[in-house]
Amino acid sequence: MKRFKWLVPAIYIVFLMLPIYWLLSMSFKHTNEILGGFTLWPRSFTLENYHKIFTEPTWYMGYVNSLTYVTINTVLSIAVALPAAYAFSRYRFLGDKHLFFWLLSNRMAPAAVFALPFFQLYSAIGLFDTHIAVALAHCLFNVPLAVWILEGFMSGVPKELDELAFIDGYPFWKFFLKIFVPAIAAGIGVAAFFCFMFSWVELLLAKTLTSVEAKPIAAIMTRTASSSGYELGLLAAAGALTMVPGAFVIYFVRNYIAKGFSLGRV
Amino acid sequence: MSAKTVNHRAWWLVLPVVLLVGFNAVVPLMTVVNYSVQETFGNNRFFFEGVKWFDSVVHSARFHDALKRQMLFTAIILAIEIPLGVAVALAMPRKGVWASVCLVLMSMPLLIPWNVVGAMWNIFALPDIGLLGWTLNKLGFDYNYTRQPFAAWATLIAMDVWHWTSLVALLAYAGLSAIPDAYYQAAKIDGASSWAVFRHVQLPKMKHVLTIAVLLRFMDSFMIYTEPVVLTGGGPGNSTTLLSIDLVKIALGQFDLGPAAAMSLIYFLIILLLSWMFYRVITLDEEQ
Repeated sequence: MKRFKWLVPAIYIVFLMLPIYWLLSMSFKHTNEILGGFTLWPRSFTLENYHKIFTEPTWYMGYVNSLTYVTINTVLSIAVALPAAYAFSRYRFLGDKHLFFWLLSNRMAPAAVFALPFFQLYSAIGLFDTHIAVALAHCLFNVPLAVWILEGFMSGVPKELDELAFIDGYPFWKFFLKIFVPAIAAGIGVAAFFCFMFSWVELLLAKTLTSVEAKPIAAIMTRTASSSGYELGLLAAAGALTMVPGAFVIYFVRNYIAKGFSLGRV
Repeated sequence: MSAKTVNHRAWWLVLPVVLLVGFNAVVPLMTVVNYSVQETFGNNRFFFEGVKWFDSVVHSARFHDALKRQMLFTAIILAIEIPLGVAVALAMPRKGVWASVCLVLMSMPLLIPWNVVGAMWNIFALPDIGLLGWTLNKLGFDYNYTRQPFAAWATLIAMDVWHWTSLVALLAYAGLSAIPDAYYQAAKIDGASSWAVFRHVQLPKMKHVLTIAVLLRFMDSFMIYTEPVVLTGGGPGNSTTLLSIDLVKIALGQFDLGPAAAMSLIYFLIILLLSWMFYRVITLDEEQ
């Protein structure tokens, strides 16, 4: 029994890798080969699909747009979440528990409920089809996420650190930036990673709030999938490229993944 | 918990968050509330209608069907993902290189954009040229997820299991890692069977993380939109039209603002109730 225990995760991981393999394999095939019939691996290996994405502005600008609003969103979310998370982890104040729950309820709000009102709101204030609009809209769920994760990390820092600094006569902001922020650097990294990730994987709001100038890569992909027929190879290559940011940083956050997905509660 | 000092000036620290999230949450929500009680015939002229839309949504067969499909979907994926995730976590190596390899590979699906997950499974399951579809048809199964409701459901569930089981596994793994070695040694000395170890040592220690896992999967599966839209588009027919998909069809497709808004609010209340349960469970556990 015990000797074969490794088989469970092994089989599970094979199951996880199969669709990913298929996507990668498709991305290296010509359209003719894909539509011509079933082939287990690319017979005529080609980089044409990737070449097209990196040379056509309609494609690569999608990545630039996505990365732009995702970065703005991450910086903004962390910047406002830091002081708030500190307040929640250190102080009791009027309505703190209700406020904490209200934040959570926004993290759980279905994007479908907000799609249309968001479109109208951001059109009304003249931000429709800008990176700022998507970045702000994603704050709806990323700011609560960042507050909850950071609060989890901050509660692990002993309160004596704050008290000693105040006894030494540090003003609050100096203590916060010079001592406290470095002490929870790991937590900030994890929170930033999850803000980045959730903004990167979200499509419905990003698609609703953009038309041309700030169109995210995900929306460009769905357009290709529906309108220009069966360019599966191109679609697969675009999909494979969207996995790069996650694959790139996953190693660094591997021990915090559970903490991030559970809003800092593990 | 008790060590916190009372300081009402802490409100200044949370003010930016309240303003930013409030802007995004309150204004759209009030828009929805506004639509939900009015009728429009275009030209931006609205008439007060009271609870008419709520009444029609609550009694509409279409909403009931979408809600039923949603609950069925959520029940099935919970029944598969939770036991599977726990089983994988139990069998995972505790430390060393292989633990890292498992963690990294298992996290992969969690970090892929949701529409890519849908597109990936779409390509993977194509009956003629997809690895899964081709293999199933070669094995003698008549499988075509774009035409058969059952095949569409099976593919949808396989996709969600693929996408999110790792989350359960990672949470369970985090819970298991927190058990000191001494517990296992004590169990060994007592001659406990592996079932007894699971039942009396591992399961109690995982209770907290598993509750979180169940609630998170419950809520997130209730909000699922992008993956099924890309995979099946809600079809064949309406067979995989879950709540979110139906809502977007009504609101953005038909532009029936009143019914869509009323449905949004009912939907939002369900999620709010679930969130509240989540919050209570977490804060109760942390107080203990």
